[in-house]
Amino acid sequence: MRFGGLTAVRSVDFTVNSGEIVGLIGPNGAGKTTFFNCLTGLYVPTEGTVAYQGRVLPPKPHLVTQAGIARTFQNIRLFANMTVLENVLVGRHTRTKEGLWSALLRGPGFRKAEKESEAKAMELLEFVGLAAKRDHLARNLPYGEQRKLEIARALASEPGLLLLDEPTAGMNPQETRATEELVFAIRDKGVAVLVIEHDMRFIFNLCDRVAVLVQGEKLVEGTSEVVQADERVVAAYLGEPFEGDPGEAEAAEVEAAEAAAASESDTAAPSETGTAAASESDTATPSETESETAVAESTGDPEDTTDAESTGTTEGEAQ
Amino acid sequence: MTDTTTEPTAKAPEAAGRGPVPLPRAAARLLIVIGAIGTIASTFLSWTWTSDFPGDLTIYGYPAGLQVIALVAGALTLLYGLALWNVRGLNWLNPGKATTPVFLIALSAFAVCWFTGIAIAVDLGGLVNLDPGAFVAMAASALPVVGALALPHPAPGTGLRGYFAKPDQPRHGTLSPLAERAVITVGTALGLVVFTYGIGINDDDSETFIGFLLVLAFGAWGLVHAGLLDRYATMSARHKGFATTLAFVAAVIFPFTQSDDHNANIGVNILIFATVALGLNIVVGLTGLLDLGYVAFLGVGAYAAALVSGSEYSPYSVHFPFWAAAVTGMGASLVFGVLIGGPTLRLRGDYLAIVTLGFGEIFRITVNSLDGDSGPNVTRGPNGITQIPDINIFGFNLGDAHDVAGFTLGRFANYLFLMLVITAIVVLVFTRAADSRIGRSWIAIREDETAATAMGINGFRVKLIAFALGASLAGLAGTVMAHVNYSVNPQPYQFAGAAPPNSAFLLAAVVLGGMGTVSGPLLGASVLYLVPEKLQFLQNYELFAFGIALILLMRFRPEGIIANRRRQLEFHETGQLDVPAQTTLTDDPAVTKAGA
Repeated sequence: MRFGGLTAVRSVDFTVNSGEIVGLIGPNGAGKTTFFNCLTGLYVPTEGTVAYQGRVLPPKPHLVTQAGIARTFQNIRLFANMTVLENVLVGRHTRTKEGLWSALLRGPGFRKAEKESEAKAMELLEFVGLAAKRDHLARNLPYGEQRKLEIARALASEPGLLLLDEPTAGMNPQETRATEELVFAIRDKGVAVLVIEHDMRFIFNLCDRVAVLVQGEKLVEGTSEVVQADERVVAAYLGEPFEGDPGEAEAAEVEAAEAAAASESDTAAPSETGTAAASESDTATPSETESETAVAESTGDPEDTTDAESTGTTEGEAQ
Repeated sequence: MTDTTTEPTAKAPEAAGRGPVPLPRAAARLLIVIGAIGTIASTFLSWTWTSDFPGDLTIYGYPAGLQVIALVAGALTLLYGLALWNVRGLNWLNPGKATTPVFLIALSAFAVCWFTGIAIAVDLGGLVNLDPGAFVAMAASALPVVGALALPHPAPGTGLRGYFAKPDQPRHGTLSPLAERAVITVGTALGLVVFTYGIGINDDDSETFIGFLLVLAFGAWGLVHAGLLDRYATMSARHKGFATTLAFVAAVIFPFTQSDDHNANIGVNILIFATVALGLNIVVGLTGLLDLGYVAFLGVGAYAAALVSGSEYSPYSVHFPFWAAAVTGMGASLVFGVLIGGPTLRLRGDYLAIVTLGFGEIFRITVNSLDGDSGPNVTRGPNGITQIPDINIFGFNLGDAHDVAGFTLGRFANYLFLMLVITAIVVLVFTRAADSRIGRSWIAIREDETAATAMGINGFRVKLIAFALGASLAGLAGTVMAHVNYSVNPQPYQFAGAAPPNSAFLLAAVVLGGMGTVSGPLLGASVLYLVPEKLQFLQNYELFAFGIALILLMRFRPEGIIANRRRQLEFHETGQLDVPAQTTLTDDPAVTKAGA
């Protein structure tokens, strides 16, 4: 996927099997959301294809959803002025087919289908725990419940593969854990899940496999141990070790200072890491697309266009 | 919002809950009642010496014109004044004993009396033309306003603005179903009376109509603040079918109340206008597509019907029966809708608005040019197709007057009935489509098109359906319009003009009334048709006044007169975490507006 001179995602081969939770991580601007947009047809890939259950999908969002891939959005995109129930009913659009005529004539078929849809939608609302709020407007829900509703809406299209774009962004540790449980429950329904997240604890708890995307290219893919151990991943997030290594003496000095600091705030440390992770991903949320465009401007020179011509295939697959 | 009942503020320290006028509360209440009685009494006096002033206000003991309106406003003020005295049986008028309803109702009487006094002085040249009755009315009607200002301030600390903010009213209970139906019946009957009175005001009586509008606006405002209209709306929502049927019945009764076919003519035109506005509401209100050339579809329908009507000026010498003409008109509009929508609905937002605006003009210019000189002779250009024969349904000629149960129903009354059937069909189409899979996908697209497509909605297809449906409904109304007006010509089908229908007015009717609701466009269309019709002196300033009205509306009530619950919450951020009282999917308040 290229935007002018910038290659946002290049040669990412990726397979998700059914009943599997796969994580997609990477620093800001790595192209994770762009990759999602390619999968779901919001962007038309410059090169390469997306295949689902062996069939190549056309880059049209509604056809992708019809085929069985549903998604949530990084910045929640609910139908704000519709009720909770209506939001989920819209999600069932592809699984029902009553057209205008049946709506106008209101035959028995129409009533039956409406009733069925509503029953299915209520089932999903119970699944995510929002059944009591069915008649609230989506805009009035608290943040965490809006995320849940978005997941319920995506599930309403009865997908085989669910794409979650930062489902825990801005959540506190309790909510994050609840989301974890929810994703496991979804997996147990037989739905494959592909999740983008910045909360590493969440990702490594959850995922069977993790792929790391850096600068639009897949760096590593494997179990959480493999990924965590990989030096390149650490380098991508934290940068290369400083060339002129600090002397032994200096290192010891720093270590001693750190130890002293740690003993002082010993008790506070564990809970702090949790909130730190959450707030980190929170700030990352709005900046991702910005940083992509920023890169586009800075690398808009001809050198990069030649580089970009190397073929890229994006492939999401679930059996 | 703080509590607005009178009890706690009585014990509160001085000035905190007081209104700006320093009077004891008992005196304030007394003042309201006395002023109201004075206002009522004054309407039985003579207000001016000459019958030159419209409505003839010269006769003692016989209120007329503006006096009747003042009488009604005075009576309302009296009722609200008495309700403050805890008179048995009147508590429901103002359950929270709030100050603002009293203030607004008193203001309605004050406004109409002072308006009349000033109008007499200006029209006839000087205060000498006022009879004592007018002075009594002006003085008496001012008393309740002063009294209301002496009542506890509705929201201390907000100054005068507090008097226009809606107070909290206690949550109302439910009545027995039978009683609720009785209330709806009375409400519908009242609506019919008010509408009939408004439409019956002589076209030259601009003053009377302004007085009517003043009392209607302030009175309705006061009733809204008293929580009565909300209560009525929930009642009608509970008995939706009953309320709708009743509104329809009221509309059927309307022609029987008119001795003059002229008012039936206005009624038909309002209905045509309202039906087209309702069709536009599908496109704009539900799907969120801004269509600035919508009137063209009305034109396509009208021209199609005219061409097959058997008029001798039509180049085609065919004469379709009405049902076939209606289908032709709808079909032609549908085809045009798809032709225009096909390439343009891939655009979003402003681009679509510009393209539809262009299409509207293209239609008018094309019709103007197909006159035999500039192009083939189809529409006879600016002359239009005239002498369109009247519709004949089952041997029943709508052009002739018929006697029904002792009443003579003229030509326009016949067309009014036909139009009522068509309006009912369109209302049915609108509500059924809105509350279905397809309607939900329209609203989803309006809310967030990207998310909607990601949920599997084929945006283009769904939008095209909305566009085509809206177009064909307008075409249907157009077929009737061609026959009602005897002729079609390109002139009315422009973007903006001084008189409805044109695209700007249609859009305004939808926005003014309330997007996404059924009753909103009906009400908006009635107002927008009646006001220019009755206020002839505005002729040259009409668009100016119209623009100012729209600006004020957007500032103070952006969701329209009748708000969809969704919209209301969208524009007013306060009090959002409400628990909705009803569990139905659509929440269009089925407020019945008789005859509209």
